Amino acid sequence: MYSNKVIDHGTPARPGPATVTVQIDGAAVTVPAGTSVLRAAVDAGVRIPKLCATDSLEAFGSCRLCLVEVEGRRGFPASCTTPCEPGMRVRTQSKRLADLRRGVMELYISDHPLDCLTCPANGNCELQDMAGVTGLREVRYGQDGANHLTGAKDTSNPYFSFDPTKCIVCSRCVRACDEVQGTFALTVQGRGFDSKIAAGPVDFMASECVSCGACVQACPTATLIEKSIAEQGQPDHAVVTTCAYCGVGCSFRAEMKGAEVVRMVPHKDGKANHGHSCVKGRFAWGYATHPDRIRTPMVRDRITDPWREVTWDEAIAHAAREIRRIQDRHGRDSVGGITSSRCTNEETYLVQKLVRAAFGNNNVDTCARVCHSPTGYGLKTTLGESAGTQDFDSVEHSDCIVVIGANPTDGHPVFASRMKQRLRQGAKLIVVDPRRIDLVRTPHVVADFHLQLRPGTNVAVLNALAHVVVTEGLAKEDYVRARCEAAEYEKWKTFIALPKNSPEALEAETGVPAAQIRGAARLYATAGNAAIYYGLGVTEHSQGSTTVMAIANLAMATGNIGRPGVGVNPLRGQNNVQGSCDMGSFPHELPGYRHVADAATRERFAARWGVTLQDEPGLRIPNMFDAAIDGSFKALYVQGEDIAQSDPDTQHVQKALESLECLIVQDIFLNETAKYAHVFLPGSSFLEKDGTFTNAERRISPVRKVMPPLAGLADWEVTMALANALGYPMHYRHPAEIMAEIAELTPTFAGVSYDKLDRLGSIQWPCNDAAPEGTPVMHEQQFVRGKGRFVVTDYVATPERTSRRFPLILTTGRILSQYNVGAQTRRTGNTAWHRADELEIHPHDAEQRGIRDGDMVSLQSRKGETTLRAVVTERMQPGVVYTTFHHPESGVNVVTTENSDWATNCPEYKVTAVQVVLQAHKSDWQLGFAQAAEQQIGLLPGRARRGEGG
Amino acid sequence: MHESRSQAVPVDPAAERAAIEAAIEQCRDLRGATLPMLHAIQDRLGYVPAAAVDAIAAACNLSRADVHGVLTFYHDFRTAPPGRHVLKVCRAEACQAMGCERLERHLADRCGIAMRGTTADGALTVEPVYCLGNCALSPSVLLDGRLHGRVTPERLDALLAAAEARA
Repeated sequence: MYSNKVIDHGTPARPGPATVTVQIDGAAVTVPAGTSVLRAAVDAGVRIPKLCATDSLEAFGSCRLCLVEVEGRRGFPASCTTPCEPGMRVRTQSKRLADLRRGVMELYISDHPLDCLTCPANGNCELQDMAGVTGLREVRYGQDGANHLTGAKDTSNPYFSFDPTKCIVCSRCVRACDEVQGTFALTVQGRGFDSKIAAGPVDFMASECVSCGACVQACPTATLIEKSIAEQGQPDHAVVTTCAYCGVGCSFRAEMKGAEVVRMVPHKDGKANHGHSCVKGRFAWGYATHPDRIRTPMVRDRITDPWREVTWDEAIAHAAREIRRIQDRHGRDSVGGITSSRCTNEETYLVQKLVRAAFGNNNVDTCARVCHSPTGYGLKTTLGESAGTQDFDSVEHSDCIVVIGANPTDGHPVFASRMKQRLRQGAKLIVVDPRRIDLVRTPHVVADFHLQLRPGTNVAVLNALAHVVVTEGLAKEDYVRARCEAAEYEKWKTFIALPKNSPEALEAETGVPAAQIRGAARLYATAGNAAIYYGLGVTEHSQGSTTVMAIANLAMATGNIGRPGVGVNPLRGQNNVQGSCDMGSFPHELPGYRHVADAATRERFAARWGVTLQDEPGLRIPNMFDAAIDGSFKALYVQGEDIAQSDPDTQHVQKALESLECLIVQDIFLNETAKYAHVFLPGSSFLEKDGTFTNAERRISPVRKVMPPLAGLADWEVTMALANALGYPMHYRHPAEIMAEIAELTPTFAGVSYDKLDRLGSIQWPCNDAAPEGTPVMHEQQFVRGKGRFVVTDYVATPERTSRRFPLILTTGRILSQYNVGAQTRRTGNTAWHRADELEIHPHDAEQRGIRDGDMVSLQSRKGETTLRAVVTERMQPGVVYTTFHHPESGVNVVTTENSDWATNCPEYKVTAVQVVLQAHKSDWQLGFAQAAEQQIGLLPGRARRGEGG
Repeated sequence: MHESRSQAVPVDPAAERAAIEAAIEQCRDLRGATLPMLHAIQDRLGYVPAAAVDAIAAACNLSRADVHGVLTFYHDFRTAPPGRHVLKVCRAEACQAMGCERLERHLADRCGIAMRGTTADGALTVEPVYCLGNCALSPSVLLDGRLHGRVTPERLDALLAAAEARA
């Protein structure tokens, strides 16, 4: 259950302008209309006993403990299901109420084990508390009658157990799974005395459960409880911080015992997640103290040499010497750095500052290059700001939701739950995806349209949708007239109305029946509030930036930007990918998305930093690789990113890394990139430092240090030391001082400070004098760029075409239980759900190749090949195969190509022409990889090696 | 739902699949189709096989747990094949007052089965039921869907013998 140190209001808030005033135990209290008596009592400072009610769930009225007396009414209504009415006079305490409540508790306890002292929930158990509150002193029924005290414990889930002997069948878990998570994996089995909570006809692990933890959090007893609590005991304090997994950026309470995390529980006041979580943030945090963590800096001259453990001073001095040596020999521009979307805003800011001020060039880039760089380009061009337009809460006002190239139930599960809540309330859903993702049809949710396009045809589909809007007169002309550039709109309108953009003309190319496109376009344009959410299925294409602009065009043309419920919303992949972009990580942009060629901005930074700054953009990541192979780029500082695993065309990346004279890797683990490094600087996890992350809704949330850095220094301190060793002074005493500098230099962050973050909990930028508490919805009065700009989006097919040799299209993505390169999640219990990457293939394609479910197959492209296990599934369309990239040994990126977005070089991960054949043995690359991996582990000092092995 | 497992009553997976498919097809367009589907399957097979849970969940876009919850809520649904004859003995107040427990004891002595049991030869399954609405003629039983009142152990033997002779 949630910590009993936090007040539970009993039933959900009912926000609204109308209020009612009631008297509770003689005290007047005014609450929003629709508020329950139970919740109003909490507001009045009165805690009415309760068991089946909790403020994350709708009232249920089953436990009969929260009974009250209402003047002028007969009987004892349950306060949770009784709404406040004007003038109502409520008594929460009387002799009769006390007798009734004690009677109820007596019945509960007559069928409950009396092992409180050895129970894992001891000290944090509502049943125990209620026994105390109701003054239960004896159980006259004894414990010998028919009971439920012998049920078997279900320990199948790696993170929590289910002990039916302690269950009071209050249904809170079932309701949490239904109402909050929307998975419906739990039920009450049987009825009457036989009632038992069950995960369907099987155990938890075999069930539909996605291990989000909502049931565990809702359970008032030890029935559903974290194994970590059972093992370690109850926490002694809690620190509110922000999850370090996906771009939803959930707020969590790190519940601690000293400097040891006992459990992570989603924070009820978190504005991104409102008390909900997923299996990664809730449970998969054990990697932070995994034995594989490298705790000592290491250096070596050649990548075939054994690592030497050295002091921080020695490692930093060595790294600085190497950078200066290389710059002296090969020029100032022969070195660069990569910032991390996993690190804090402050750390990212420091790395780009280090590159620009201490290295003296603009050779800085970030992993957003390979994910959302087209979002930055596309939204900046059309709307004027490189970010999503809404807050997550906006979805509660949507009448039509469009999901394009995103798989929220896997990639952004906590937001997906919110989305599903809205869909169950009746909002319409359009899914544009080559695969039948779960949202297309999942219990109690079904898409109105699934436009199952061929990979690579996003722009064609969006043009066809816009064609219908324009030619059927569904565009909001008055909105466009008032808010967008007229000439550009007319140009676009003429273009989009061309017959070549009609759904019928494009049907053969996209594979989507024209009637479906027409239906979806009409629905989107006429539903009321229509919102678009998209992911990497949009950006990671040769026309990624064009697609983003096509989305913005469609939203502007239908008037769907600038109020709650609408908008264009990139679902950001990583915890701080928005922040790393905001902080000037791109080679062409200073913090706040201002071009390095903009003299005024450059001068401000130059003056503040006390250096001169280059006015030409530096190298992008793929340019760095090419330059390394050419021999003009020699040293790279990589903070918290595993380019060797995550970037496309692995063999090209490996060759580039091998060409470097000095590779400095700062990471918590010896990742794939570190195997090519000369200096290893041990990083710190999100639990070991202060800072901020910015999520997909531009929300800046605090990250708080709950334990000291395992290797002694936080990542920002390491960057600072490196700058100082390079002779560029950086002397921040706390990340708050770094944020103060960011706020000083960046107009959209001008009003941000740690004090304000402490006060408000989180802030959505822009935050400045015009919006001192931040901006939930952007472009409300006008677009950031003034007038919205329509851009003509000609569809150009990707050069990556299928052929006789490579007749299938591979598209890649991720799954719920694993995260990105898996460096974290592979070191947690999440491997119970996903041990290896698998290739999804349609039954038709499988049959043609003699492939059965579970067979090992070789996946081959013009770039390389790898062997993995096949899963035959109708989620795929014929001609398209799919896999994930969570495990380095699968080498999926050995297969992906060098193709990239025309504007930003974002790799085209989503379209690779491949062949799939039965193959029992591993590919040459995989054999080489395994051998090299073993060698590199062998080069670790003894202590670290033991960790890596374990 | 209850389980009346008996080794004596074999299952036929092909028949199960056919029955499930037919039942789902028959009820697909109904509002709240879960219960009608479960009934249609039990009408065809005499029980609701485990595979039906997944199939109904998929057809109605429900979770497996949703369907499991409905299936287990109703005692009338079985998850394993019953015997060739199903006898439901009323155990409601009037029948208890008029001696239905005698019938139960008699069944235990004669056939060696308790409530919700199936005889080893697969001939008979006995289930309790709570009120057949025939209180004036208590105690009552329902044998293969036919109601009988004022049942004595002797009449019960005769009814069972006649049923077995028909089968």
